[in-house]
Amino acid sequence: MKYIKFLFVGIIFGIVMTKAEIISWYRIYEMFKFQSFHMYGVIGSAVVLGTVIMFLFKKGIVKTFDGNQILVAPKKKGFARNLLGGTLFGLGWALVGACPGPMFVLLGKGVISILVVVFGATLGAFLYGAFKNKLPH
Amino acid sequence: MEFITQPWPWYVAGPIIAFIMFLLYYFGERFGVSSNLETFCTIGGAGKFIDYFKIDWKKNTWNLIFVLGAILGGFIATHWLSSSEIVDLNPQTVQDLAAIGVKNAGDSYLPDEIFSVDAMLSFKGFLILILGGVLVGFGARWAGGCTSGHAIVGLSNLELPSLISVIGFFIGGLIMIWLILPLIF
Repeated sequence: MKYIKFLFVGIIFGIVMTKAEIISWYRIYEMFKFQSFHMYGVIGSAVVLGTVIMFLFKKGIVKTFDGNQILVAPKKKGFARNLLGGTLFGLGWALVGACPGPMFVLLGKGVISILVVVFGATLGAFLYGAFKNKLPH
Repeated sequence: MEFITQPWPWYVAGPIIAFIMFLLYYFGERFGVSSNLETFCTIGGAGKFIDYFKIDWKKNTWNLIFVLGAILGGFIATHWLSSSEIVDLNPQTVQDLAAIGVKNAGDSYLPDEIFSVDAMLSFKGFLILILGGVLVGFGARWAGGCTSGHAIVGLSNLELPSLISVIGFFIGGLIMIWLILPLIF
């Protein structure tokens, strides 16, 4: 039962991704074409509010539901991993118009072909694990 | 109800996404979807060959449940909370897409040229879907995060690695949309 809250948060996530058309391939295309403000508005407003939320976490003004300090793990440092990994991610994101969250939402929408993308993404994660030691980080 | 069934504007979606991030941390976890892909690998037995996947995946159960919720949310929104499938695009976008061979842009959420069952079953179509997926999965794990972990959480937390990653997302996205995609169809 302790997991039920995550199911509800996931449902809200799936609904907002669908209703704001963030799962639409076209919305990603137009973003990279700079032909609409929509995606910039979505990510930008989330980040602006997110900055305030992170501040509240860091200052300890907001704690977890059971009273613990909220610690946001720092991201892994490294120029090559972030730039090169990010670039490969961007190539894929623009091609299939879906990043990892929206992929699953599209599955719920009933898009059968997205299963191939999810399989590919899992294979991609596996290949990263397999070749990790040979890559610059 | 009218407001719900219409497409939601960015100033509704962005704050809700921030609230989702807030809830996940408030519940003692974090916001990051792409790490689930590694969990899939571990569940599938990848730890037998590669130490990187030798993790106790059960500690990530909450995130798998989140993904299950996302699938359900997609179903609920599509079947009960939407009155139309049309994506209202800039006429310039529709024209640009027609010029590179993507017809009827905006008539539904996704272009048939990539996502129809016929496309999936063609050699080229299958290759597009699987290659796109591999790039997303490989790239996200190499960079240590995707749109949720880097663009939302990382930027909110003023992380330099996330800024570099998001710049990477754009370098890759712009190369795909402006240089590669026009050659595909």
